Order: sequence, then structure tokens, then C-alpha cells
Amino acid sequence: MTEITMSTAKTRKLIGFDLKTAGPAIALLILCVIGFLLNPAFLSEGNITNLLTRSAFIGIIAVGATFVITAGGIDLSVGSMAAVIAGVMIIVMNSAVGTFGTGVTTVLIGCGCSIILGLGAGLVNGLLTTKGKIEAFIVTLGTMGIYRSLVTYFADGGTLSLNYDIRGVYRPVYYDSFFGLPIPVWVFIVVAIAGWFLMNRTAFGRYCTAIGSNESVAKYSAIKVDRVKALTYVIQGLCVSLATIIYVPRLGSASSSTGVLWELEAIAAVIIGGTVLKGGYGRIGGTILGALILTTIGNILNFTDMISNYLNGTMQGLIIIIAVWLQRGDWGRNKSAD
Amino acid sequence: MPDGQFISAPILSADGISKSFGTVPVLFSVSMDIRPGEVHALIGENGAGKSTLMKILSGFLQPTSGHIRVDGVDTELPGNGLSEAVGIVLIHQELNLAEQMTVEENVFLGRELRKRGVLDRAAMRTAVRGFLDDIGLDISPEDRISDLSIAQKQMVEIVKAMSRDARVLIMDEPTAVLTEAETELFFAQVRRLKARGTAIVFVSHKLAEVSAISDQVTVLRDGQWIGTHAAKDLTPDSMAQMMVGRELSDLYPPTNEVDVDADKALNVTDLMAPGVHNVSFDLRKGEILGFSGLIGAGRTAVFEAVCGLSARTNGSILFDGAPANFHSVAAARDAGLVYLTKDRKEKGLLLGQKMRPNLSLFALPKFVKGLSLDRKAEEAALERAIRRFDIRARDPNVNVGDLSGGNQQKLLLAKVMECDPRILIIDEPTRGIDVGTKQQIYHFIAAIAAEGVSVVVISSEMPEIIGLCHRVVVMREGEITGILTGEDINESEIVRYAAGLKRERQQ
Repeated sequence: MTEITMSTAKTRKLIGFDLKTAGPAIALLILCVIGFLLNPAFLSEGNITNLLTRSAFIGIIAVGATFVITAGGIDLSVGSMAAVIAGVMIIVMNSAVGTFGTGVTTVLIGCGCSIILGLGAGLVNGLLTTKGKIEAFIVTLGTMGIYRSLVTYFADGGTLSLNYDIRGVYRPVYYDSFFGLPIPVWVFIVVAIAGWFLMNRTAFGRYCTAIGSNESVAKYSAIKVDRVKALTYVIQGLCVSLATIIYVPRLGSASSSTGVLWELEAIAAVIIGGTVLKGGYGRIGGTILGALILTTIGNILNFTDMISNYLNGTMQGLIIIIAVWLQRGDWGRNKSAD
Repeated sequence: MPDGQFISAPILSADGISKSFGTVPVLFSVSMDIRPGEVHALIGENGAGKSTLMKILSGFLQPTSGHIRVDGVDTELPGNGLSEAVGIVLIHQELNLAEQMTVEENVFLGRELRKRGVLDRAAMRTAVRGFLDDIGLDISPEDRISDLSIAQKQMVEIVKAMSRDARVLIMDEPTAVLTEAETELFFAQVRRLKARGTAIVFVSHKLAEVSAISDQVTVLRDGQWIGTHAAKDLTPDSMAQMMVGRELSDLYPPTNEVDVDADKALNVTDLMAPGVHNVSFDLRKGEILGFSGLIGAGRTAVFEAVCGLSARTNGSILFDGAPANFHSVAAARDAGLVYLTKDRKEKGLLLGQKMRPNLSLFALPKFVKGLSLDRKAEEAALERAIRRFDIRARDPNVNVGDLSGGNQQKLLLAKVMECDPRILIIDEPTRGIDVGTKQQIYHFIAAIAAEGVSVVVISSEMPEIIGLCHRVVVMREGEITGILTGEDINESEIVRYAAGLKRERQQ
């Protein structure tokens, strides 16, 4: 034990940075080089903006997931939550047209409704896991099914479409740029910075880490464990609602297939980024890189004919497994440790 | 050498064992002979190299130089517990049982009996029942490990070792978490094993127990072999001296007299909570109040109820004369009442994290400046704590789990002291730590009390209650049976109250 700690400390000093922490960044860099070699257009401004915009949804949700996972929980319901929030937003906006017209007010009502729903859905998950003392996996598996079936029910098995006039007003939120960057990317940046600050610089972040490391220690250290855990789900809900707000104007519709598998992509981004699945160690910066890595893989496959685009999932799966294997950090050291 | 005794050939011997981790030597040419039917105690302060030696004796570590002989033959023991095949079994302090499985499944884990490819449950059950009867343990082979007490789990480990025909049983602090009654039961098993010819090596910090049960005592200090003596030639005092290498005359600090008229810092009346019946006591300013009793007497439960860790059903608590009803640990902390847990690994410290976040965790609101945490203030607090409580770490960035038990305990004390409490409750202040550090902790406690903080010491170690406290409350089965002062604070009085032979009338 002593030996290992000392030798890693030395390596760290020599290289100047921690390989584990820099891993996701290196992986993303390698992916970009591969992308460029396959097709120089990969690095064109248009493609980069497109890539960043695409990663914003999963990225924003994954920032929330980082808190939940760091505090030792898990939220499987985010994809379905996004779908049902999108659905309700559209219904609310469509029915508000009669009273408020097709202007900005209606869009704001939709957004407000999204945030309230997100906070509420997060609170439900949080209270069921803490006050209800049901395992997070079970609670969110349940709410995942509930939200998914609700959106199908609201859409009557089909698609909910946003009123065409509102779509025109709302459209810029996804398609317009501000200082050269699309608005979703700005939202992503703000959420990322806020998340990083909350995780690394505030007492709340410290509490999440402590609870994820050892809940008993947290309880005996005067931390209101239930409240902090419930809050991580509320943060997750807020992130989902923000992601939904920028997602709805993209297609202007919601159906039972909206947000399918987003929960797994968000969790994958978190894990690729170096956050520990069983809690106690969270890295917002890593999560952002994880989200970018996942989107980049899809993007590269779109650019090349070498591998079928249908194998996107395979590539993502491989990356996740390799990332976690690399993070174990003890490969090749097994022999010298004994 | 024990003279006048028949000396049998050693089963297992260490000859000139040295061990270094990297460039850090931890054992210097240590020799030890382990003979059948003999209990051999291994004592020394934390960091003396006992654990390393035990791991080498059981094959979990290979020595850097020197030889291990089994039955007189030079042997390289296989690692990872495979030494069990030659009859050497190490029982770790953190027991190695699958909590959700039954006793029977645990005993045969990894070498289940089979009949035609299917588990032969009947045969295994019979075998386990036989072992349990053998050592007089009143549990069923079908009991789940998680339902057993710690002492019973320990016994299951021993049954497991017996079922493997262990010839040498090496145990790391087996009695650390046992009550006195449980320890007696445990020693009865040890004597039975001894009679069967098993050699037993055990580490303990409880020197009175070492005197009581062992035949031979080997003392290590700073990785050096200090001596091996017949236990009957040693007293606990002489053992302590050999371990520490100096006189331990002032193990306990001189006690300041408390002003009898000092204000009452805490006044608990008719407290009712799970495991606690009608408990009433008061605590004066600057007083050290001991809580003695057997494990499970409800001492911890009283204070978990007082400081908001568990619900109480009835009773009133006056804090500085004003009614207080703490619903959360945070509320108690903000009022100035803190509880230091006895379970430092599971409830006290985040073992996977560094010292700084551990130190500030309890008093974290104090370290918030604006919206964010003030890291400089945290660093400064850590520096102060290291100085004040003499916390010794190779490197301030070490994970807390890699600190020695004594340093962990000091850090834990520093952690709760960060919020400047007015009442400090310490549960088992010196569990599993060496004599030298114990002495330091006692002095810290006395100094804290001298500053006017009221201290409650809950302890199962009678000498420390007697040496440290102004008054002693004795509990039994959730009730207070006596409150002792002055001359009455002695071992036989406490035992009488704790065992229920004597009790004060309570109104």
C-alpha cells in the first residue's frame, strides 16, 4: 500500500498531471484527431457548432446526474421525464394560445411550466428515496415507466405537435446564435460552470461527496442527509427541464420516443468523466468531456462510411467499457503490487 | 524460556524476519516460535509491526529477508489465504463473513460439500452443528450472519477455522469489540482449542487479558523484537513498559477538582428512548462524567437520543438551564453539543478522503464565506489541529484510511472540536489504540475539560473511567443503576452496579 501511494505520487510529480483526471480529455483529443484524419470537414466551424449543440442536451442532464451519482444515488427516469415535460409543455403552450396569443408570453409560460414540472418530478424521486426509504434504482425505474406511459397517453399513442405560430417564436432558442455560439451551447456552458462551482466550491458539494463516501459518517457529521440527497434529485429535475426547454424548439413535437435512452447516455457521460458510480467522488469537468465524447463518436460515424452509423451504440458501449477499465488505474500493476 | 515445562517443537516459526515496504523498513530481524497447544500473545504499540508480522506468518506478505519454517522446514507460504491448506488461518479484525448468508454457508464457503454435483446441505448442516456444539455456541447453522452479535460472528470465524483443521490460528485483536462477558466466553473457546493442540497467536491492546489467557508474550517496538517471555513472568505494567520503552507513571492526567456549585451544563430528566428507560442525570461545567456499563447497556443510546441522532419518546433536556429539544445533529452542534462516535471507521471518518475535508466536515458551515468554502481557512484549521492534537502523517495528502488508528482518533477528536463545543461526548475514546496515544488522548480530554467544556466519557475500559472521570454513571439494561463519586469510583463498585448486584434507589 505504502509503496503504491508513494510511487504514484512520484509519477504525478514527474508528468505534472494526474493521468486519471486527464484521461477523458486525452480520449476526446484522440477522437478529434481520428475525426479529422477521416474527414477534414470534421473540424469545420459548422460541424463543431453542430457537435456542441447536440451534446448540450445530454451534457446538461449529465451535470445533474453527476450530483445524484456522487451522493450515492441513481436516476433512471431522466429520459422519460424529459419526454413527459416536453409533452406537457406543448399541451400547455397550445392551449395558452387562446388567451395569450402566439407571442413570447406563451413560450415563457411553457418554460415556466417545464421548470416547475422538472423540480416537482425531481422532488418526487428525492422524497421517495429518502423519506420513503426505497432504493433509488427502484424508485426511478418506477417513475421512468410512469412518465413514459404518461407521454404516450397524452399524445394518444402518436405525436404532440407545437402550434405552428409559436414554433416560429420559439425556434431561435435552438437555432439562433449569440456571440458565435448557438444558444443551447451557452445554456450548457452556464449549467456546467454553475455545476462545477456547486460541486467543488460549496458546502453542498462537499456534503454530496461525504454522503456518497459513507452515509453514516455524513449523518454523524451533522449533515442533513435526507435533505441533501433529495436536493440532488431536484437539481437533476431542474437540469432535465432546462434541457427540455432547449430541445422542444428543435423538432417542435414530443412523442413516446422522445428522450429514449437519454438516462443511459447521461449516466455513461458521468462515468466516462471519472465520477465513481457508487458515489463519493464526482467530477463535473469530466462529465462535460464525457458528454462531448459520446456525441463526437456519433458525429464521426456520420462522417465516415467505414463503420455503419447503426453501430453507434456499439462504439459508445466500447468507449464506456474502455474508459472505466482505464480508470481502474491498476492495470499492469497487479504483479508488482503483490 | 519457560523452564520446567515440556517444550514441544514449534509448528510455525519465524527466523530473522525483516520486511521493508519500498525503502521503509518496518520489521528488523524478528524471530518467534509458535508451539502447539500454546497461546502466544503479540503486543506492541500501533505501528510496531504486529500486523505486518501476522501477515507474514500467514503468508499474506512475503518477508524481505529471513525464513518461515513450518514443522521445522523452510517454507515459502502461498499468499492470499492459501496457507489455510497447511493449517495456518488468519482471522482479520474486520471479520471476513458474507453478511447475507447463513452460518453454515459461511463455514463451508469456497469448499462446499457436494453429492453428485449438488450441494449436500444435510451433511454440511450436521458438520456445522457439531462444531457449534463443540464450542458451546447457542446459534443455529441456519442463522443469517447479519442477525448475529459481533461476538457470535467472531465465534463463527473460529468455527470456520476449526472446520479447516487449523493448526495455527492467528487473530488480530479478537477481543477489541467484545464485552467482558463475551470475552470470557471467547477465552473459554480459546482454552478448548488449546487443549486440542491448536497453536494460537493473538494481538491485543488489553494487557490484562494478555496476562489472563496467554502462555507466551512477544513484544515488538518500532519493528524490533524486544523480547519473548512466559506470561506468568510478566505483569500488565511490565508489558506496557516493554512496549513503550519508558515508565508510564502518568498515564492519566491529574484531575482538577470541579466546583460542586458549578452551573449545570446539561440536565436530563426521565429520558425515554429505544433501549433507554427513565434516565436522569446532570453534567456540570468543566466536569468529566464517566458512563460505564456493559456493552449494550444503553449508554450510546442515551446520547444518540440527547443529540438528535435518534428519536426520544419522553423526558426533558435542559441545556444551560433552558429546555432543549434537538431534532438533528446539526441543531445540537449549533447549540454546542457534540457526540464523537465510537465507530471511527464506519461513522467517524471518510477513509477514502484526505485529512482536510474530514477535519472541516462537522463544522463546515463555519468554513463558508459568501457562497463558497474558504479553503485557506480549512488549511489553517488543519495546520492548527495537527499541532494541537499531534497528528502524525507522513504527508498531509495521505488518505485518512492509511493513517494509524491512533492518528485517526486524534483527527476525529480534532474534527468535533472544530466547532468549539461546550459539551463534548466521547464514546470509547481509545478503542484499538496503543498505550502512548491513549495517554495523549487522556491529556487532551483533561485539557479540554480544564477550559470549561463539560465532557462525557463513555467507556468499557474500567481503568480509563476510573483514571479520568470526576463522577461515574453506571448503566445496566437501559437504566442508570448508580452514580458514583470520590472513593466509590473503583472497579469493584462499578462492576457491582453494572452487573445489577447493587442499585441506587431512584425517585
